[in-house]
Amino acid sequence: MSIDWQAFWLTLRLALIVSALLFIIGLPIAYWISFSRWRWKFLVEAIVAMPIVLPPTVLGFYLLVALGPRSPLGRWWISLTGHTLAFTFTGLVIGSILYSLPFAVQPFAASFSSIDRRLISASATLGASPLNTFFRVTVPLSRPGLITGAALTFAHTMGEFGVVLMVGGNIPGVTRTVSIEIFDQVQAANYATANATALLLLVICFAMLAIVYGSNRRSWPITAINGPR
Amino acid sequence: MGPDKTERGGTTSVSAPPAADAHAVGGTLRVQVRKQIAESGFLLDVEFNAAPGFTILFGASGAGKTTLLDCVAGLIPPNSGRIAIGDRVLFDAAARIQLPAERRKIGYVFQDLALFPHLTVEKNVEFGLSNVPLGERRRRTASILSALRIPHLAGRRPNEISGGERQRVALARALVTDPVILLLDEPLAALDVATKSRIIDDLRAWNETHRVPVLYVTHSREEVFALGESAIVLHHGRILATGTPHEVLSAPQQETVANLAGFENILDANVESLHADRGTMTCLLYPSESGKPSPGEAPHAKATVKKTPPKLVPLETPLVRAEVGSWLRVGIRAGDILLAIVPPVGLSARNVLAGRLVSLERRDVMISARVDCGVELEAHLTLAARDSLKLEAGREVWLVIKTHSCHLMQS
Repeated sequence: MSIDWQAFWLTLRLALIVSALLFIIGLPIAYWISFSRWRWKFLVEAIVAMPIVLPPTVLGFYLLVALGPRSPLGRWWISLTGHTLAFTFTGLVIGSILYSLPFAVQPFAASFSSIDRRLISASATLGASPLNTFFRVTVPLSRPGLITGAALTFAHTMGEFGVVLMVGGNIPGVTRTVSIEIFDQVQAANYATANATALLLLVICFAMLAIVYGSNRRSWPITAINGPR
Repeated sequence: MGPDKTERGGTTSVSAPPAADAHAVGGTLRVQVRKQIAESGFLLDVEFNAAPGFTILFGASGAGKTTLLDCVAGLIPPNSGRIAIGDRVLFDAAARIQLPAERRKIGYVFQDLALFPHLTVEKNVEFGLSNVPLGERRRRTASILSALRIPHLAGRRPNEISGGERQRVALARALVTDPVILLLDEPLAALDVATKSRIIDDLRAWNETHRVPVLYVTHSREEVFALGESAIVLHHGRILATGTPHEVLSAPQQETVANLAGFENILDANVESLHADRGTMTCLLYPSESGKPSPGEAPHAKATVKKTPPKLVPLETPLVRAEVGSWLRVGIRAGDILLAIVPPVGLSARNVLAGRLVSLERRDVMISARVDCGVELEAHLTLAARDSLKLEAGREVWLVIKTHSCHLMQS
């Protein structure tokens, strides 16, 4: 029995990178979803939520096609770097970002939507630009939702399997993640190793989520403080 | 900021007293807006000027007061019109000018205060000073906190202080930015009278040194009289009246279903005489079933009603803008009427009506007494009052009604 630490570090690195990138990508998307009044907004919301219901193999398949040498994106990447995106760590990151998108955007958007609009108005009348208001009012008041979104992204990426297998394959040190390693061990009937690896992943994910939710208790009410009435 | 322009505006001008004009620095706020709220079909359509000093916006909820303030503040875009302070244009539909809220330099105290829950009192107050150098920011924050008597709260969060203190913080946050207009949306609602009047004094003191227009929204008549140099009455999105608080508020209210709710006694009344010096007038009550004479037939009841005249009951009411001989309706709550079994003396109340108890009816834990004083009035008593006074139908009683318990409405 030997745990594949290389797979663990790769998975951890992937989860951290994806969480960080999704935080940056997710914020503006969530902001737009919660503040836009565009009538077709629901279509965008549906697209963002798709990875929740779509089988990872479907998402993975289309990603593989999109990243491959026959798609414009794939050709552009090859002309830029000389190799294809599929079966690379970068391809894995792109796939994971799409796959975990709703797990970041939905908590973000939910916490943005729960902010009292009067606080945003108050900030504007006090001279703050929309961007200023976003960082001084919206983000601090959304902290629990932002942390939840980041934690869910991290945990979800740690445990993903289907998309990784489709897009990344199973290249040790490049695209072999913990979940694929576990699958390999089971295929090879190394149940003890599979069990140890699985247990470790389980403990890590639980500890991660427990720490986040435990530290996420609100220290102030999220709504505006009202006068006495 | 605009130059010292304080000339009176057009027909709907609301003017401050001459003393206010002399120190004016902020210029007059000129507002002409139309705003249709798509979801509710509500239409705000107003035009007024507000000189430096307090202008009261008075109206029932749903009259459009908050919508109007939001338009001035730039939080919602009017459909058409123009808003300017001095010669600085904030909004002009025709010229396609729409200054965003953050560039209008308007202080706005929201009805629900909207203090930032994640920031301390000090950080809340400093919020609007982020472009001011640190030293000056600290100095201005400290000085406004002490002017509003809350320096000791600087380090606390809004959820750790009382409602009255929050109201002071919200005021401080708006005042510290030296706004060119101050918008106050029922900032003192639900405060006790003592706290309220202290805050009003502080606001007045601030306005003495910062001569800017202050739009103060309220639906409390007391606040209108306490604060108002001038007042605007808003009703269903339109301006009903402008002028001094006395001029606009003494106009009889439009009688609506809402106004009638809660008044057990609603009677026809004919204005008999006005006592402008005392702020009251005398009306003659007509029993509703006898019917008032049709207009023109009996312009002045006392002189013209001849055959079997019903007993007309004189009632002293608050003075409203009405002519002698005109018809009004008087609403009196049953709970505002006192009942006595001997002729009461030495009362401040101006109306003591002799009558006879017609019926006593128990309603839950209270007694509804009907008394015929020439007109039939309903009064509410407690069970204990009925028992200790040994009340029963047919008994001679006196009803006591305070002048200000008589609510006048347009007929």
